[in-house]
Amino acid sequence: MPKRDDIRKIMLIGSGPIVIGQGCEFDYSGVQACKALKREGFEVVLVNSNPATIMTDPEFADRTYIEPLTADILHEIIRRERPDALLPTLGGQTALNLAMELEKRGILERYQVELIGATAEAIERAEDRQLFKQCMLGIGLDLPRSGSAHSMAEAQAVASTIGSWPLIIRPGFTLGGTGGGIARDQKEFEEIVRRGLDASMNSEVLIEESLLGWKEFEMEVMRDKAGNAVIVCSIENLDPMGVHTGDSITIAPIQTLTDREYQAMRDDSLAVMAAIGVETGGSNVQWAVNPETGRRIIIEMNPRVSRSSALASKATGFPIAKIAALLAVGYTLDELRNDITGSTPSCFEPSLDYVVTKVPRFTFEKFPMADSTLGTQMKSVGEAMAIGRNLKQSLQKALRSLETGRAGFGADGKDGKFESMDDETLKAELIRPNAERIFVIRAALKRGWNVETLNELTGIDPYFLRHLAELAAFEEEIRSAGTLAGLEADRPLFLQAKELGYSDRQIAFLLGTTELEVRAARRRIGLEPFYGTVDTCAGEFEAITPYYYSAWGEGGEPVRDHGGRKTIMVLGGGPNRIGQGIEFDYCCCHAAFALHKAGYEVVMVNSNPETVSTDYDTSDKLYFEPLTLEDVMHIYERESCSGVIVQFGGQTPLNLAQQLRAAGANVIGTSPDDIDAAEDRDFFKQLASRIGIRQPESGIAHSVDEAVAIAEKIGYPLLVRPSFVLGGRGMVIVYKEKYLRKFVEEAAAVAEGKPILIDRFLEDATELDVDCISDGKTTVIGAILEHVEPAGIHSGDSASVIPPMTLSKEIQEQVREYARAFARELHVCGLMNMQLAVKDGEIYIIEVNPRASRTVPFVSKATGVPLAALAARCMAGETLESLGFTQEVHIPYTAVKEAVFPFVKFPGVDIVLSPEMKSTGEVMSLDAERGLAYLKSQLAAGNKLPPAGNVFISLRDQDKPKAVKLAEKLVKLGYNLYATLGTSTLLYNAGIKTKAVFRISRGRPNILDLIREKEIQWIINSSESGAEAMVDEIRMRSGAVVSGIPITTTIAGLTAAIEGLADKADFGRFEVCSLQEYHRHIHR
Amino acid sequence: MLHWKERRERAAFLALANGAIFRGWSFGAPVDTVGEAVFNTGMSGYQEIVTDPSYAGQFVTLTAPEIGNYGCNPQDEESRGLFLNGLVIHELNEPSNFRSEESLADYLKRNGKPGIAGVDTRRLTLMLRDEGSQKAYLHTSAEPLTEAEAVERARAWEGLDGQDYAARVTTGKPYEWNSEGEFHVVAFDFGIKYNILRGLAANNMRVTVLPAAATAEDALARNPDGVFLSNGPADPAAVGYAIRTIRELIGKVPLFGICLGHQLFGLASGAECGRLKFGHHGCNHPVRNLLTNRVEITSQNHNFALKAGALPATLEVTHINLNDNTIEGVRHRTEPAASVQFHPEAAPGPHDSFSLFQEFRKLMER
Repeated sequence: MPKRDDIRKIMLIGSGPIVIGQGCEFDYSGVQACKALKREGFEVVLVNSNPATIMTDPEFADRTYIEPLTADILHEIIRRERPDALLPTLGGQTALNLAMELEKRGILERYQVELIGATAEAIERAEDRQLFKQCMLGIGLDLPRSGSAHSMAEAQAVASTIGSWPLIIRPGFTLGGTGGGIARDQKEFEEIVRRGLDASMNSEVLIEESLLGWKEFEMEVMRDKAGNAVIVCSIENLDPMGVHTGDSITIAPIQTLTDREYQAMRDDSLAVMAAIGVETGGSNVQWAVNPETGRRIIIEMNPRVSRSSALASKATGFPIAKIAALLAVGYTLDELRNDITGSTPSCFEPSLDYVVTKVPRFTFEKFPMADSTLGTQMKSVGEAMAIGRNLKQSLQKALRSLETGRAGFGADGKDGKFESMDDETLKAELIRPNAERIFVIRAALKRGWNVETLNELTGIDPYFLRHLAELAAFEEEIRSAGTLAGLEADRPLFLQAKELGYSDRQIAFLLGTTELEVRAARRRIGLEPFYGTVDTCAGEFEAITPYYYSAWGEGGEPVRDHGGRKTIMVLGGGPNRIGQGIEFDYCCCHAAFALHKAGYEVVMVNSNPETVSTDYDTSDKLYFEPLTLEDVMHIYERESCSGVIVQFGGQTPLNLAQQLRAAGANVIGTSPDDIDAAEDRDFFKQLASRIGIRQPESGIAHSVDEAVAIAEKIGYPLLVRPSFVLGGRGMVIVYKEKYLRKFVEEAAAVAEGKPILIDRFLEDATELDVDCISDGKTTVIGAILEHVEPAGIHSGDSASVIPPMTLSKEIQEQVREYARAFARELHVCGLMNMQLAVKDGEIYIIEVNPRASRTVPFVSKATGVPLAALAARCMAGETLESLGFTQEVHIPYTAVKEAVFPFVKFPGVDIVLSPEMKSTGEVMSLDAERGLAYLKSQLAAGNKLPPAGNVFISLRDQDKPKAVKLAEKLVKLGYNLYATLGTSTLLYNAGIKTKAVFRISRGRPNILDLIREKEIQWIINSSESGAEAMVDEIRMRSGAVVSGIPITTTIAGLTAAIEGLADKADFGRFEVCSLQEYHRHIHR
Repeated sequence: MLHWKERRERAAFLALANGAIFRGWSFGAPVDTVGEAVFNTGMSGYQEIVTDPSYAGQFVTLTAPEIGNYGCNPQDEESRGLFLNGLVIHELNEPSNFRSEESLADYLKRNGKPGIAGVDTRRLTLMLRDEGSQKAYLHTSAEPLTEAEAVERARAWEGLDGQDYAARVTTGKPYEWNSEGEFHVVAFDFGIKYNILRGLAANNMRVTVLPAAATAEDALARNPDGVFLSNGPADPAAVGYAIRTIRELIGKVPLFGICLGHQLFGLASGAECGRLKFGHHGCNHPVRNLLTNRVEITSQNHNFALKAGALPATLEVTHINLNDNTIEGVRHRTEPAASVQFHPEAAPGPHDSFSLFQEFRKLMER
């Protein structure tokens, strides 16, 4: 059955900003789908609010709407575009939920838009707990004893029917398990049920028998409309049931099931697809198996492409999203080729002759107050994947890919924390699922605890524990060589260590030498890794797609011909974490596309399975490998690369730059020395004065006392931070010496051996970002971005606006001059980002980063200039003139970027913004009117400001003078104001009526009551910066986040919002417009 | 602890007739033997593979890297013993599964079969893919032996071609598999797998198993409603007696064959059988059922196949392999007889084609 010719225009919904539970895997799936559908001749209309995605680049769709993902906005787009079909299964839960809302509101029917990929009925059956249960019972599957509830009373009734603790509570229709949890007693039960009912789109929670400690499995299924179905990948979780699969270490393929058990699970997975009625596309089916009896229970199925599908695609070479898109338009599996072999059809089940391990990446260090216990609600922000010839290699590689400073499974000198735990603590940390449990297990093994004990405490299958036990024990075997020379003399032992996945760094630690010495010794005896191909068929057929992983031993595939081209390596960014996300993958992909187009062979190295960069057709050759010196240099040499690009992948490859160069790699673009120079305070101070730009007074401290001395010289408030980190790790504003001391101590722990930087903090200054590009001679400005929030809030967490809102032409021109001067002085070849502050008409330089910045994709989308692509070509030797980019582009509309935060996942954590970055993702909005653009950005970020209703205002003293005017405007727009006594009195004196509310600790009703009773629709709250946030305020803001009430925390944000609300009141509704149309309005 | 020293010394090795040596360490019975090196790309089912009589005379290389994980148990055996000559794997594990009763190493030892672990199975597989199955010598004993001597022994071995291995693995005498069933089926055991017998029984057939060399009269004397031709090892050309028997049975009784049984049915009908460039050795082969147009994912293990260009007019193709378009199933145009090259009984592998046992029933109902 070939493709359908009755549909021509297809609308695709992306997943919006990166949040916990929905990462860049949906950019990967969306890009595949867009490419596949366009190649098939369909007109693609894409909607996504996330500017950092590759899919929202204008060339990937015919019409790209960077608009808020709400049903109203989608309605507008449908009205304007009249698509024939809507494909909702590739944009995560967000897209699925939106499609259902459009369906339920009758919008799809009214505009005759057909849902393809999954019908509304199938989605409903998979998502509605009760329907799902009935459907599964109908095909004879076993389910946990459970019931669903729509109220607390119903929930209590279900709990008493089940009759045992603990109980699992999951809300219906959410993403990443938001609002769910495990209740061990009545009190926890009530709390989680309440949260779950709020989080669920249909106010429903499922309460079920606990399967804690059961084995957890997953199967990725593809099905076509002819009923052909295959299992693309099977996955076994190392962490047993009870830990969200996104937070579990997972292994592919399944390891501990016999063929009988595996095939029975396969049969049932296919039956689930058929019963739910997923006609075409990919789904995942999750299973729990009782380790004692083998009793198997179905957990859930998602009738859409998921995070696991991205993992499965990377693990097997089977492009699930691409195939899902093609199946949705009518093809059948047997009609589609397997890209990897080029000769066999896609209707097959990949066979793996390697082991894949995925390890989640957490960022609890960003949220010290959050509970780091893992449960059914996902908390990780990213993941690393590794491929090895055996499980141990794969696990060790995955652990060293995590960018947590670990070199593998221990043996790197970083286990002191676990090894020094007393037995009791150790035991508790084994029982409690947590982000570092695997290292706790190692410590226990080192202490002589056996596999049986550990199995009892952790519930982890003995199969996995035995691998860990062997690794822990093998450290001594390596040590038995005595010295590196001893190991060098014992080639079989050296090889064995590598086969077990030990990195040079681990071996160096065990033998008391350096990584470079180990590397040198290894090379002297000719011990090098070989590379296997991810070929989907375990070697049965020849593979044509060069997708590789390293392994140790004798074999290996030869280097694929370079086709007479020069080879350039692009280093990716590794796992996503706060401060380093999809923006850098965007840059890496653009470099790959651009260099390929310019005639180079591009070798991509990365370890993040969610990304587009690790798609096998993004680059000419893909190496799925950890981003470490050892792993990268092997590839560099094997592929005879002529250069490596480190400035696009964020901090990970940058940190490698000097080592790579020392090892003989040619780092192209801005030299590592100049990149480092920009970080060197003394050098930079001199550079700034040479250029003639002011710098906030500053100093460098190597100790607490030094810091205090500097502080006395400069004066408070101060900005304190460690050098050499991205995302403002450990950065803070301090107003008093007491806090300075505390923070310097903490910061020292974050960046070991690196000095602490101290700057005078410019209070209430306007902050700017400038992105520019240089070919070494010419420098062209990409854009000047003005932050909505004042200086002191991390640039990644601020809303920013192009073009600048408040800066004079003169200031802007001066800023451009400075940018050119810095680019010249730092010999920039490639991208450069500059951060400045403007206070009282004076410009201060804050920092200059001669590399890709987080704002590059936003600027590129706003201006239509592919900055990363141009920069890559400059690095390869072309000039901006030859590339035709010599003039800054000025846009006749406003582009706003707003940050999106994970606070809802971390109840109790303060949401106030600071110099330390906390956002996980971003949204963008565009409009001819600045106010509307800002308002849309708030809507897109999930901060849906109400058009009317009750607003609570509580402001810090310094903001109060500005409050009166803003409050007047709010009243004029029709809002009712509530305020705490201080603010209320102030406003009353200015003639504005408000309802006074008690402070939380002073009486009731207070704001918490108002939040609970849903009497407040919007909270405006600014707190004393630098001071320890008041407990009351934290409770209020945290409560608001959990209840989904929008909060505005800065006067600047409020001002912009009011402007937007006023515009909206004038226009009556939001206008939508595609990126392609916006770009047409640019006059060059 | 885990014999690391022994493992890294790699004293055992597999020597191929082409001169290639694959070193590893012995984990089964420490005996030396010759055999044909083949591979299987299934990701689970090692116990079914080692007990599949089709592997008689062969060293089976498992491409799945972690083996032994779920141990061995009596329920997953596919025949009364182990007929393969040796098992070649990458990593060996101790078992962890609620049904496990014995580790794979102990299982092989108990059954006197050698195993070699620590082998670069991917390199070996690519070599076997590109150069075809190889005569080989597996050295796991303590006997002092050079690699060159082992290669010589591999080359000196007569190999599987032209050898009647069915005679070596078939049952010594007839037996009844089950006593109840709507239809009575006589099954020729050329190396039959238990899951075929289980599949027949599950579809309400009463099965009597006969030795490979049983005659048509032997079979017909039992008054069967249908005759089943089983899978089995080695070269179909070497079992001329079976071909003659089948030729006599066609038209007299409904017939159904699997794998070797399919090839024998084809040869008996006048088709030709040849070696494939790349054999089929995995659990993930897509096969199109031309009668329903559905694609089924099948379990496969064969180096020989019926030649597409030389099919007699009496046969029509019912199944094709979508990877290389080779014949995967045929049926007689006029008589109730059919056969498939792949393994509908799975074990190991997907169950997509279980329904073929019902098709056999339909042949008997005609």
